[in-house]
Amino acid sequence: MQFYIQQILNALQVGSVYALIALGYTMVYGILTMINFAHGDIFMVSTYLAFFTSTLLLSIAAGLPPLFTFVFTLLTAMFGTALLAVLIERLAYKPLRTAPRISAVITALGVGLFLENFMVAFKPVGPAPRFLPPLIPQINYDLGGVTVSTIQIVIILVSGLVMFLLDTIVRRTMVGMAMRAISWDKFTVPLMGVPVDRIISLTFALGASIAAVGGTLYGMAYTIDPYMGIRIGWWAFISAVVGGIGNIRGAMLGGFILGFVEIFTPVFLPSTYRDFIAFSLLLLLLIFRPTGILGRPAPQKV
Amino acid sequence: MTLLHIERLTHFFGGLRAVYDFNLELQSGELVAIIGPNGAGKTTIFNLITGVYRPTEGRIVFKGKDLIGLSPHQIVQSGIARTFQTIRLFKELSVLDNVRIAHYARAGYSPWDALFRLFRFTAEEDRIRQEALELLNIFKMVHLADTIAKNLPYGQQRRLEIARALATHPDLLLLDEPAAGMNPAEVEQLMETILWIRREFHLTILLIEHQMRVVMGIAERIKVLDFGQTIAEGTPLEIQNHPRVIEAYLGEEAIL
Repeated sequence: MQFYIQQILNALQVGSVYALIALGYTMVYGILTMINFAHGDIFMVSTYLAFFTSTLLLSIAAGLPPLFTFVFTLLTAMFGTALLAVLIERLAYKPLRTAPRISAVITALGVGLFLENFMVAFKPVGPAPRFLPPLIPQINYDLGGVTVSTIQIVIILVSGLVMFLLDTIVRRTMVGMAMRAISWDKFTVPLMGVPVDRIISLTFALGASIAAVGGTLYGMAYTIDPYMGIRIGWWAFISAVVGGIGNIRGAMLGGFILGFVEIFTPVFLPSTYRDFIAFSLLLLLLIFRPTGILGRPAPQKV
Repeated sequence: MTLLHIERLTHFFGGLRAVYDFNLELQSGELVAIIGPNGAGKTTIFNLITGVYRPTEGRIVFKGKDLIGLSPHQIVQSGIARTFQTIRLFKELSVLDNVRIAHYARAGYSPWDALFRLFRFTAEEDRIRQEALELLNIFKMVHLADTIAKNLPYGQQRRLEIARALATHPDLLLLDEPAAGMNPAEVEQLMETILWIRREFHLTILLIEHQMRVVMGIAERIKVLDFGQTIAEGTPLEIQNHPRVIEAYLGEEAIL
């Protein structure tokens, strides 16, 4: 019993990170019907931003309150990553907005490769895996045989809060409404006085800063390297598709489903079957429910 | 006062001349109609005014400001709103949200406020919601606020499109065939609504319409277009007896 509760907790921890990244895929798809395949690598860059910020911060001023270090690192990573994503959108995707969609998708793959290889070639990063310095004191609590770490609690709580905030923004605010409207009718929205380019930039910025929250949290728990964005990016992408791409809550749900796949596969099967199970899930879903769990079929234009 | 000044407006789609040498001087408070057979370039003129297309040649000056080169959202923000020939509501959004979104340009908060200054943000959202509801109330649609737009009956969808356009607080309203597909009773009601909103919101209205009853009933001046060119201009009475108009509308003589 304790074993399963422990695994559920672990699954929530991993699932939160997938969910946070999946949101970026789903938001960009929702507004531009384009898969931003560079998103996993944008996530990777965010972990390095967190790495450098926290390392620098702790080396120049040791003994800062952990809450400050954590929040400062998080915000810097969010801001820097948002800036990077907006830059990528402006330079690489925007000129292709009227081009066939496949051009933008291939460009996105190219941007991803560029980010990976740039980070490998960039001396201060390099190919070696790295650890973030401890941002918060790591304490393990033993609750009746179940181990809960402070990092685990922070990851689950912060992710939950961010997801709640995003869901509120998209559902309740004018900005969110503009995003939803653009996804349906790009022609009419500007004629209602809505600056479409700014909303698109904002979508990229939001998606990226949420990935940066995931990146900072991930870096606190695991090692980071320039190629980490590939596997995690794919898993998050599958999460978005499983939940119903274009659907915010779907991406969250999908993230947690993939978190459970990741943690529970090794319980029943050799752990190398993980990717096999994840991609099988994707294939089955694409066959039987191509719009994902929460996605609705796109209305046919007649 | 001249509100809108259009000079030598010309637009080509490839080799096709959609609009040629179109001139218009619109005074504040006027209600002017543009008529003409299908493909005469009427909707293209609206698309040129609202910045959807950039004209091949010509000048469009609104409130003394040159509009050429501005993007559609900037033009809307400067005070021009429009409706569409085929209804272009946000079908999946509620009636209220359709009106709310048109307040975007004037929302007094940035996304940062939404995240960090919750108070100002909620106050603004509340104000927009109130204004949208008031507007729906004026259009006698407030009881439909939560209905999804696509579920409205056709006539109501047309009304909602007008309400949504008004939510951007325009000085100039461009109506593109507002009576299309309406039954005679709905047309009657529409004519009253157009005259009424003009008074109530101090609007200047430019109207494209096929139904002669509407045009002759409410327009003060009419411009007749054929193959992108202005072939006649005048009061409804003058237009009805204009030989070139009768020629262009040959076969529809009975309606005129």
